Amino acid sequence: MKTPQAERERSLPDSRLPHRKRALRTKSDSDTLPRPGAAYLLPAVIFFGVFAVVPLALVVVLSFSSWPGFGEIQWTGLDNWERLLGDSRVWESTRITLMLTALGWLTQTPMALLIGVWAAGPQRNRAVLSSIFFLPLLLSSAAIAVLFHRFLDPNYGMARELGPLFGLPDGNIIGSSQGAFITIVFVSGWQWIPFHTLLYQAGARNIPTVLYDAATIDGASRSAMFWRITVPQLRHTIVTSSVIMVVGSLITFETVLLLTGGGPGGATRILPYLMYTAGFESFEMGYAAAIATVLVVVATTMSLIIVKFSGFAKMRSTLEGM
Amino acid sequence: MTASSPIRRRTFLAAIGASATALATGACGSDDSDNSGAETVDPADASGEIDVWALTEDALNPVSQDSLDRFFHTEESNVTANLITESNDSYRDVLQTIIDTDQRPDIFFNWGGGSIRSYVQAGLVEDLTPYLENDPEFRDTFLPSVLEAGQIDGAYYGIPMRTMQPKLMFYNTAVFDDVGVSVPTTWQEFLDAADAFNDAGITPVAVAGADSWTLLMWVEYLTDRLGGAQVFRDITEGTGEGWRHPAITEMVNTIRDLVDRGVFGNAFASVQYDDSGPLLEDGMAAMMLSGSWEYTNFLNSNPDFVQNSLEWGPFPAIEGGEGDPDNVAGNPTNYFSVHANSPLKEVAIEYLKQEMGSDEYVQDLLDIGDIPAVADIEPLIEGHEHEEYFSFVYNMAANAPNFQLSWDQAIDRPQAEPMLEAIENVFLGNLDAEGFIQANEDAAS
Repeated sequence: MKTPQAERERSLPDSRLPHRKRALRTKSDSDTLPRPGAAYLLPAVIFFGVFAVVPLALVVVLSFSSWPGFGEIQWTGLDNWERLLGDSRVWESTRITLMLTALGWLTQTPMALLIGVWAAGPQRNRAVLSSIFFLPLLLSSAAIAVLFHRFLDPNYGMARELGPLFGLPDGNIIGSSQGAFITIVFVSGWQWIPFHTLLYQAGARNIPTVLYDAATIDGASRSAMFWRITVPQLRHTIVTSSVIMVVGSLITFETVLLLTGGGPGGATRILPYLMYTAGFESFEMGYAAAIATVLVVVATTMSLIIVKFSGFAKMRSTLEGM
Repeated sequence: MTASSPIRRRTFLAAIGASATALATGACGSDDSDNSGAETVDPADASGEIDVWALTEDALNPVSQDSLDRFFHTEESNVTANLITESNDSYRDVLQTIIDTDQRPDIFFNWGGGSIRSYVQAGLVEDLTPYLENDPEFRDTFLPSVLEAGQIDGAYYGIPMRTMQPKLMFYNTAVFDDVGVSVPTTWQEFLDAADAFNDAGITPVAVAGADSWTLLMWVEYLTDRLGGAQVFRDITEGTGEGWRHPAITEMVNTIRDLVDRGVFGNAFASVQYDDSGPLLEDGMAAMMLSGSWEYTNFLNSNPDFVQNSLEWGPFPAIEGGEGDPDNVAGNPTNYFSVHANSPLKEVAIEYLKQEMGSDEYVQDLLDIGDIPAVADIEPLIEGHEHEEYFSFVYNMAANAPNFQLSWDQAIDRPQAEPMLEAIENVFLGNLDAEGFIQANEDAAS
């Protein structure tokens, strides 16, 4: 005979009380429940294997060869890797890539966090403004890059008016090393902040209002609530957003290709662009594969570091004790 | 008449599949390459299909199609020809993927030099030297300087198939009149004119610094005028030593001086190629060094400007320089090459022999504004709507002791990108002569 207490618990979502629920379940009960078997994984595993693992493995294999894209593959052992370690262009590109990633994270995270929390409010004007603000999400990276290029032309665009505001007379913005670098950071931000805002908006809406109610009763100021409730409660969103941001920055490509072409003088020649020129301008597929492998290693390492040091892996709920 | 069709996606995918197989078999260390086994057939009783690959170009494609029809669409011919086109952006990638597979073309468009050197070294391109040497009439159909520019390691692999594109100076005479200077013919006059324009608040020279290949034009001409044609020939040896020639140092110093004088204005590094022509057209700049195609661009955007205030001339002679002032830099032309493994290569060569210099073909090219590298076509140019410009460009190329292929096309691919970047850095003031030479030597080693 089931008690009313057991009946109530059963109606709760599984995740809330899993172990207690299992204890209450009878043997015959669990046997009739359809449980996912290993076969359910198969489509995802095949897809991931064919389109991610196999190409990745082939890239690593290719990095030990010399191949122009046709004909015989020459196995060259560690030649590409030796060349890579001694190639000042690779090191310079790595430095630029890491700078771009760091600067991108530093500018995008606070902006997206603030706008996201603001947009999470129930007011109607916020809903309208934030849906307008999300529009860049609908544009392709290529379109955005081309648009900004027209915009920044020193003679026919706005650069002549804008440049002096940033200490760049004559509108020579993307023609100067620093200007080009900042432009890439800005355009990437313009394009991606809306996406991360969306993450923060969703995250902020999930924070139970009782926390704010309690804080209000305690007499907490708005900024105290933001720093002591909102930000800690968004911890997991910050980690997720940061991983996406960092990995995304590491593989930025179209913006650089179309906006600066890695220039001026290599000032925005990031690793993915270097890989592209090695593979599809110089047709040195083996060397390009070695650069690609470095990118994979760097991106994986950085996301592991973020996950490890943020405590994300422990998966502790932000709603503990609620 | 069959319409030209884009290279089928399926063909391309099949080729990628084939490459993947090559990768797999290559991994087993097998050696099954077979570049020598192509059987050739006597053109008279040949039958089959010939695939001709070209760029997708609205004006040129019908001319090529007509030419193929004239040769293959006859009673005697059992061979049919397919014109297959691919856009400029993806042509090189598709060709690279497919060149060593069963889907390979029989005749293919290319830019000569570095664009086919690796195919030549892999034995995939038919050596046309014997055909040209045994048939002087065939050889003399084309301008010698252009034919030579298409040589690789002393052998001919390409037949000129379309317009020549020498680089030359363009001037906006309206601006010259306003400021009261005349169009320069010598280097000193050029510098004086630049100073005068700077004083008048007009950018002396329009250059698209955001696209390094436009900066390369200045490097090419200055090197040639200062040190002669041999300087770059030594560089193409690829050892890196060629960059040590004193003319290279002088060239870098000259460019740095030009930039410091404000000859290119202060924002040239932000200007993209598409926005550089309009600067000359709108009178915001007075001079521009560009390829012969620029005339067509001006004609399309502003016929009045071409009519009233456009003038052109060779790159100024430099007093005391070793180079011949008649030397020309640019893209000598584009070429048709024949695949060495094509079973119908004799037919393909016969087609090129008969058609690439034929009066009909030349006339068709002239009608779309192309100036082909065919010898003795002055009578056909005479009386043409753009006779003045056409005959200037034609004579410039025809009389050039040396027609230098663009450097980024002529040197080995892996060295081109670092070279262009180093050139950008010279213009930006980030590299001096020693730094420039060092960067190129590093790339060559």
